[in-house]
Amino acid sequence: MPLVNGGKIVDDSFVKLAVDTPLPESGDILVPAERFLGEADALLKRAGKVGVIWPNSRDISELVPYLGKLAVVALVFPTFRDGRAYSQARLLRERYNYRGELRATGQVLRDQFVFMLRAGFDAFDVKKQADAEAFMQTAKRYSVFYQPTGDGRITALHRRMQLRHSEGVGT
Amino acid sequence: MYAYDEIDRTLVNERVSEFRDQVKRRLSGELNEDEFKMLRLQNGVYLQLHAYMFRVAIPYGTLATNQLRALAHVARKYDRGYGHFTTRQNIQFNWIKLAELPDALADLAEVGIHAMQTSGNNMRNVTSDQWAGVAPGEIEDPRIWSELIRQHTTLHPEFSFLPRKFKIAITASDHDRAAIRIHDIGLRLIKNEKGETGFEVLVGGGLGRTPFIAKTIKHFVHGRDILSYIEAILRVYNQYGRRDNIYKARIKILVHELGIEKFSREVEDEWQHIRNSSLQIDDEVIEDIRSRFTYPAYEKLPHMPDELRQAAADPDFEAWRKNSVAPHKVQGYSIVTVSLKPTGGPPGDATAEQMDALADLADKYSFSEIRVGHEQNLALPHVAKRDLPALWKALDRLGLATPNVNLITDIIACPGLDYCSLANARSIPIAQELTRRFANHELANLIGRLHINISGCINACGHHHVGHIGILGVEKNGEEVYQITIGGRADENAALGTLIGPGVKFDEVADVIEDVVEAYLALRERPEELFMDTVKRLGVEPFKERVYATR
Ligand code: HEM
Ligand code: SF4
Repeated sequence: MPLVNGGKIVDDSFVKLAVDTPLPESGDILVPAERFLGEADALLKRAGKVGVIWPNSRDISELVPYLGKLAVVALVFPTFRDGRAYSQARLLRERYNYRGELRATGQVLRDQFVFMLRAGFDAFDVKKQADAEAFMQTAKRYSVFYQPTGDGRITALHRRMQLRHSEGVGT
Repeated sequence: MYAYDEIDRTLVNERVSEFRDQVKRRLSGELNEDEFKMLRLQNGVYLQLHAYMFRVAIPYGTLATNQLRALAHVARKYDRGYGHFTTRQNIQFNWIKLAELPDALADLAEVGIHAMQTSGNNMRNVTSDQWAGVAPGEIEDPRIWSELIRQHTTLHPEFSFLPRKFKIAITASDHDRAAIRIHDIGLRLIKNEKGETGFEVLVGGGLGRTPFIAKTIKHFVHGRDILSYIEAILRVYNQYGRRDNIYKARIKILVHELGIEKFSREVEDEWQHIRNSSLQIDDEVIEDIRSRFTYPAYEKLPHMPDELRQAAADPDFEAWRKNSVAPHKVQGYSIVTVSLKPTGGPPGDATAEQMDALADLADKYSFSEIRVGHEQNLALPHVAKRDLPALWKALDRLGLATPNVNLITDIIACPGLDYCSLANARSIPIAQELTRRFANHELANLIGRLHINISGCINACGHHHVGHIGILGVEKNGEEVYQITIGGRADENAALGTLIGPGVKFDEVADVIEDVVEAYLALRERPEELFMDTVKRLGVEPFKERVYATR
C-alpha cells in the first residue's frame, strides 16, 4: 500500500510488527496497541522511532501518557464504512494535542481524504495506487467547510462574518 | 425563504463535480459496486427494483418557486414526468439513469438544491414543521436553527460514517407537526425562565423493526450550545453505537441498552469537554443566518374580506376551506394545504405539470414559497384570504383541491412492492383502494381526523407504527399479509399503535379498515370524540371483536 505523507507518495521507514515478531535491533517500528502497552518502556528505550497501531474499538485516552514519545499513531479503518477512527483522530488532535504523525490505515480510499484531513490525519496508507496518485487533486476538492475542526480551516459561518465586516469598512 | 450565498453554492457545486467523478469511475469499473454504493447513497442514489432511485433534499420542507420548477424539470427531463414527495421532506424520482445523475444534480445545484446525505449512514435531511415561520404562537422560526444544524452536519468529517443513518427534526410549536418524538434527535424550541431561547432535547426515537418514542435527555440546552450538544451526542454514538448488526445500530438501541441515565451521563461528560470550544455559537452567527431568511411584505388586510364572504355560499368551496385552510400568524392571511392525495392516486405523487402550475400559483398567491410536509402534502404558506376562492378554483383544475387533509383518505404510504427492493407487500394499491372506499366527503368528514399509515415492510417508511390506524405489509408463506395496529400517533403525544389481531390478506384490508371505522362510529360517545380518543378510552378489544368476530 502506497504511503502518502505531506501530500506526496513517500517510502515508509516504519516496519510493521505483529504481536509476536521478534524486535529488530534498529529502525523505526509500528507496533500493535496490545504489544505496545505491554512493553512500552523497552520499546521506547531502543534506537529508532516508535509508532502504535490503535484499534478503533479501544479508548484512545489510554494512549495519553505516551503521546509525547510516539512518532506515529496509526488509526484503523477496517472498512471505509466504519467511522470510529474519525472521532479518535479528532480527540487526539484537539483534546490531547497530539502533534506527531497521524496515519490512516486500512480501507483508505480517495473519497475519504477530505474527511480524514479535516479530522486531523496527515499520513495515509492508501489502498489503491491510483488513489494515492490522485491525492493532491482529491484533497483540494472542497474549498468550503461548514464546521470547525482542529484543522484550523475557516468555516463558512466565519468566512461570511469576515466578508460582511470587510464590506462594512468601506461604507 | 433562505437565500444561498456564493459560499453555499460553491460547496454544492464542488459536491456535484466530485460525484461526477465518482460516477465516471464507477462506469469505467475503477470503483466496484461495494465501494460505489456508499458514495452514491451519500448523494441520495439507491438501486431499486426497476431502476436507480434519486432522493433530493428539501431542507425543513421549504421550497422557492424556481426550485419547484427545477424539480419539475428533473422529473420531465430525466424521469417519467413525476416525482414522489416523502415523509422525510424529500422528493424521490424512480426512473433515473446513473449516467445522467450528475447532470440532474448540476441542474438542481443552479437553484440551490442538492441530494447530499439524503441517504447513507450519516446525518440526513434536517426536517421541521411545514408551517414554520407562519404558524401562530411559535417560539420563533425553527428553520433558522434547522439551517444552522443543516450546515453544521453537511459533510461533517467525523459523522459521515456513523453506525447508521441519523435524523434530526425540529419544532417550535406546542402542536408538533414535525414528529420529533420518532427521530434520533428531536428538538423542541423553548424559552427558559430568563426568556432565553434554547431546546428541549429528545433522543432515541425511531420506527423500523424496533420502534421507540424518544426520551428527553436534557430539559434545556441554550441555543448557543446546541451544536456542541448535538456533537457530543453524535460522538458518543459514533464510538459506542453497535456496528455488528445493522438492525441494532440505530441510536435508539444504544439509548435503550445503556438506559437514558447512563447515556446522558456519557453525553454530559463529552459535552463538558467541547461546549466552550469554537462550536459555541455567538449571536452574530445566528443573526447572520436569521438575516438570510426573508419574509413576505405582508399587507394590512381585513380579517374577513368580501371575496371570502361571497364564496362561502358555494358548498364545495366551503368544504375545501374548512379542510385545507389554516390560521396564519398575520391577520388576513392563511396557510393552505395542497392535498397530494386524490381519490385513487398514489399518495405524495405530483406530475411535472402540477409542480410547474403550483409554482405559478405560489408566485401569484403565496410570495413564491411552497412547503413540503411529512404527511406527503404540500402547502402554500402565505395566501391572502381574499385570494382563497381564486386559488381554490385553480387548484381544483389541477386535481390538487381534494378536501381530505387530516381525514381518512389523507393516507401516508411508502412505495412498497411497486418500487422498493426491500418490500414484502404492496402499499400504494392499498392506499388507492382505501381512498376509493372513503371517497365520500360527507362520510370522511363525519369520521373526522383519522390518519392511516401504510408500510410495505418492517422498515416503517410509511410510519405505520404511529398511524391512528397502521397497516404493515409482511410476507407469510409467499403471500402478502397485513397487520393492523390502532392508537398510534406522531404528534406531541406520540405513541405506538397496538396490534389488533392476526394479519389479513391483501383483498381483505379495505374491509377490515371499514370494520374498524364502523366500530368507532358505533362506539364513540359523541361526534366530537375522535377516533384516537375512543381507542384511548376503550383500548383495542372492541375493535378486535368487531373485526375478527366474523372472520
Ligand atoms: C424507496 C426506497 C427506500 C428504501 C430502500 C428505504 C429503506 C429504509 C430502511 C432500510 C429503513 C429502516 C431503517 C432503520 O430503522 O434502521 C427505512 C426507514 C424509514 N424510511 Fe425508508 N426507504 C425507502 C423509501 C422511503 C420513502 C419513500 C419514505 C417516505 C415516504 C421513507 C421514509 C422512511 C422513514 C420515515 C423511515 C422511518 C424509520 C426511522 O427513522 O426509524 N423511505 N427506510
Ligand atoms: S417500508 Fe419497506 S417497503 Fe416501504 S419503502 Fe420502506 S423499505 Fe421499502
